[in-house]
Amino acid sequence: MVQSIDYAAIAPALIVALTAIGVLVVDLFLPARRKDLVGWIGIAGMAGALVALFPLAGDERATFCVPGDGLVLPACSYVVDDLTLVFQALVLAGAVVVLLLSLDTVRDSRLPAGEYSFLLLASVSGAVTLAASRDVLTMVVALEVVSLPAFALVALRRFDSRSSEAALKLFLVSVVSTAVMLFGLSLVYGLTGAVHLDRIATALADPGVRGPATALAVALSIAGFAFKVAAVPFHFWAPDTYVGAPVPVAAYLSVVSKAAGFVGLALLLTEGFGPYADVWAPAVAVLAAVTMTVGNLVALRQTHAVRLLAWSSIAQSGYMLVPLGAAGAGGAAISEVLPATVAYVLAYAVMNLGAFAVVTLVGRHRPANHIEDYRALGRTEPLTAFALAFALACLAGLPPGLLGLFAKVVVFQAPVEQGVGWLAVVMAVNVVIGLYYYLAWAAALYGRSPDASAVEARPPSYRISVSDGLAIGITLGAALWLSVLPRMVLEALE
Amino acid sequence: MSEWLLPLLLALPLAGCVALLVLPGNSADRVAVPLGVAVSGATVAVAVWATASADDIDREWVPSLGLRFHLGMDGISAPLVLLTAGLTFLCLVYTVRVRPAAGRPRALVGLVLLLEVGMLGTFVALDLLLFFVFFEVVLLPMWFVIAQWGDDQVPGARVAAANKFILYTLLGSAVLLLGILLVRAKTGTFDMVALAEAGGAGMSRNVQILAFLALALGFAVKTPMWPLHSWLPDAHTAAPTIGSVLLAGVLLKMGTYGLVRIAVPIAPDGAEVLAPFLGAFAVVGIVYGSLACLAQRDLKRLIAFSSVGHMGFVLLGIATLTPVGINGALYANVAHGLITGLLFFLVGAIKDRHHTAALDELGGGLYVRTPRLGGLLAFAAIASLGLPGLAGFWGEMLTLLGAFDPDPALHRGYFVALMGVAGIGLVLTTLYLVSLVRRVAQGQSATRWREAVLLRDATGAELMVWSPLVLFVLVLGLWPKWLLDVTDPAVRQVLGG
Repeated sequence: MVQSIDYAAIAPALIVALTAIGVLVVDLFLPARRKDLVGWIGIAGMAGALVALFPLAGDERATFCVPGDGLVLPACSYVVDDLTLVFQALVLAGAVVVLLLSLDTVRDSRLPAGEYSFLLLASVSGAVTLAASRDVLTMVVALEVVSLPAFALVALRRFDSRSSEAALKLFLVSVVSTAVMLFGLSLVYGLTGAVHLDRIATALADPGVRGPATALAVALSIAGFAFKVAAVPFHFWAPDTYVGAPVPVAAYLSVVSKAAGFVGLALLLTEGFGPYADVWAPAVAVLAAVTMTVGNLVALRQTHAVRLLAWSSIAQSGYMLVPLGAAGAGGAAISEVLPATVAYVLAYAVMNLGAFAVVTLVGRHRPANHIEDYRALGRTEPLTAFALAFALACLAGLPPGLLGLFAKVVVFQAPVEQGVGWLAVVMAVNVVIGLYYYLAWAAALYGRSPDASAVEARPPSYRISVSDGLAIGITLGAALWLSVLPRMVLEALE
Repeated sequence: MSEWLLPLLLALPLAGCVALLVLPGNSADRVAVPLGVAVSGATVAVAVWATASADDIDREWVPSLGLRFHLGMDGISAPLVLLTAGLTFLCLVYTVRVRPAAGRPRALVGLVLLLEVGMLGTFVALDLLLFFVFFEVVLLPMWFVIAQWGDDQVPGARVAAANKFILYTLLGSAVLLLGILLVRAKTGTFDMVALAEAGGAGMSRNVQILAFLALALGFAVKTPMWPLHSWLPDAHTAAPTIGSVLLAGVLLKMGTYGLVRIAVPIAPDGAEVLAPFLGAFAVVGIVYGSLACLAQRDLKRLIAFSSVGHMGFVLLGIATLTPVGINGALYANVAHGLITGLLFFLVGAIKDRHHTAALDELGGGLYVRTPRLGGLLAFAAIASLGLPGLAGFWGEMLTLLGAFDPDPALHRGYFVALMGVAGIGLVLTTLYLVSLVRRVAQGQSATRWREAVLLRDATGAELMVWSPLVLFVLVLGLWPKWLLDVTDPAVRQVLGG
């Protein structure tokens, strides 16, 4: 059987993968002082892949299809629809910011530039593919392509023992959750005889397959993605890994890799397990409530900037799960709640990258990166401090951070409209808890410094490199823009 | 043109705030206060103009959320808009001469202007979600004002007070948001005008009760209603003078305004069921507030607790669900804004001069030391206790009148009993305010103050700031019809819908 492949549809993923190999080769021929070029090539590749998304807008495109026969419909493994495009754009844009932040980190920490960019881009190629995958095998492979390079990336600071520990933790949790997920998916295959998501959905709609075995299969399959999005109880790798990894890698894990996890989870739950929403939605609702509560409560006690962001991003994952948890409760179609999760993931990506951009910059000058290191930053670095303060206001969901407020309203709407009141109340309490630690951090930025005289003596500002400046500028600009005109984020799927 | 008046009203202070943010450091600190005075002065002008001739504006903002940029003004909001613009202007004029001790005028003025955007926006928003956004806008600026320019008598006190303020209020507004979303889920719109006209149509009785509960809880924290008031004394005590003035003068009104504008008209059945509880909490607040005032040892804290009592009257007026009661509530709202604003200015001036607000340390003799300050304090205290002829009287009288003859759906005997308890509160209020004047203003000056040479009486600049407040307290006291004619038609429309 000869397959015709729609190369335009897979172009973004191809460009990323080829760029990944390209930087590895180019790196061999570059002298040590020109290694920056590797990073810029990577950025150009991501920009190229972003451009390749434009022609795909509009009609749905599918490729790698198997033909149907009299009994089953044709099914495709790689589909580019609005959801795919939105997440691919998010992943690629996020990768650009992470690569910008990485330029100085790689140079200052003497990380191998070629390998670093290669690993990062390889992981991005997995994320791009995951967003388009529509059968469980492609999903698992894509998910592993996201994860495997991440282990190495985290462990890249070979001289730091925390780095190795972080990588080991990530590796172990990942392997276990993948094993559980594979077990679940093989059960699904055994029960439905299908690997394509739409065929699984068709099979599950048959009341004959309903039963405890199917429920178990669905629950186990969710586990792998719960790990990726750092949902409780698969969360405890996140804080140690974020702290042990280079800060841009932590940003990558908390935004790009997490977004990949969410698109996988959303696809699996809505397109594959849609008919089973009455079973998994309450479970996801509990998962959401526990995740946000644990994340927020532990974040209250953190004094390390990256560790705080790690716990806060666990809590934020809980918010993202809320609309999925409300699915099916009020008899609403899942397509009604999915846009809320997508909107929150997009908004979260902008605001969390904004916070990480500043944390990366401050971390270069204050390697300890404690919250106390940010005290009085507003005096010496007004613009940088403002960028971080705005990102924190967004994360807390308080004006002037309207982007975060709107995103929270969208998320709140789902449980209120579907009548899952308890979840809305839990989230309301969590938003208040979350405010406390974001606020304490923002307060430190504008607080009086412990020794006022030292501030006056200190040179007026950091030397901010072009790449750091661009990263902070892009994220701050996007957050401000989207605070005024949030339609791009909130109506991404329309 | 007139359609653009309300957006202009919000854009002016916002532009001032942004300008202060982007201006380079050194020059901005110098021009900050004059710029703030100019911007807030222009805002007052626009506010006056808008009261006369502003039209509603209704534009799409975020369609997927159902959020519209819908602004409008009527007799309920207009007095509060003028109060807000006026008090903010006076606060900034005050800052010209009385610089904040913690410095950084640029940041302070910028935050006050942002605060003004939120306060004005809350009063002119006609879209529920837009209202909520503005309701939230005030939180961060006020938090910073308390936490950064506050008074740290006990180390860390101001940050703790600021945190308490924002966490309490945010918990309230989270519940409020749930209520708003519930209303939208059942009726499909955020449009406050349409919702008020519908008068609860589309929501079953139980949904209305739930919606009213959620909305009222959110507003009750802000007002604050006993027993949700405990953030208020700390916040007022710690806040700098202008922070206290705006907090008491305007921010508290956002809660009662929300009740009148949103909770009562949108969920009338819920209001009917829950009004007796609201009334009960209100009179407990009145009595509790005045008893707490009797026990206070700190002047600023005393004024703060007096707000709990006065806002209790406002809540009681709303709970009667009658035009008389709600008109009284709105009247008391404005009167309290003026009188308590003045009181906090005076107490701030006393504290700046004596470096303490503890009643024991101050001792008596303010008349002797600083006759003008003492006289003004006595005037404000008497206005606050509701002497006929001054602004405080009418609001409380109408409120009690409303409670004597509540809405037919409510139990009359019960409300008459509430009125009786509120009357006891009124006597206690008189008691603590008169004893306040006795303790602070009358009598002999303590030796330590007699020796202090720097104890100046009220300056010309201070008198200039305070005189408009004194003037309006007199005007509202002598010609109540002037304000009631504005509020009454709007109140009847809200209740009749």
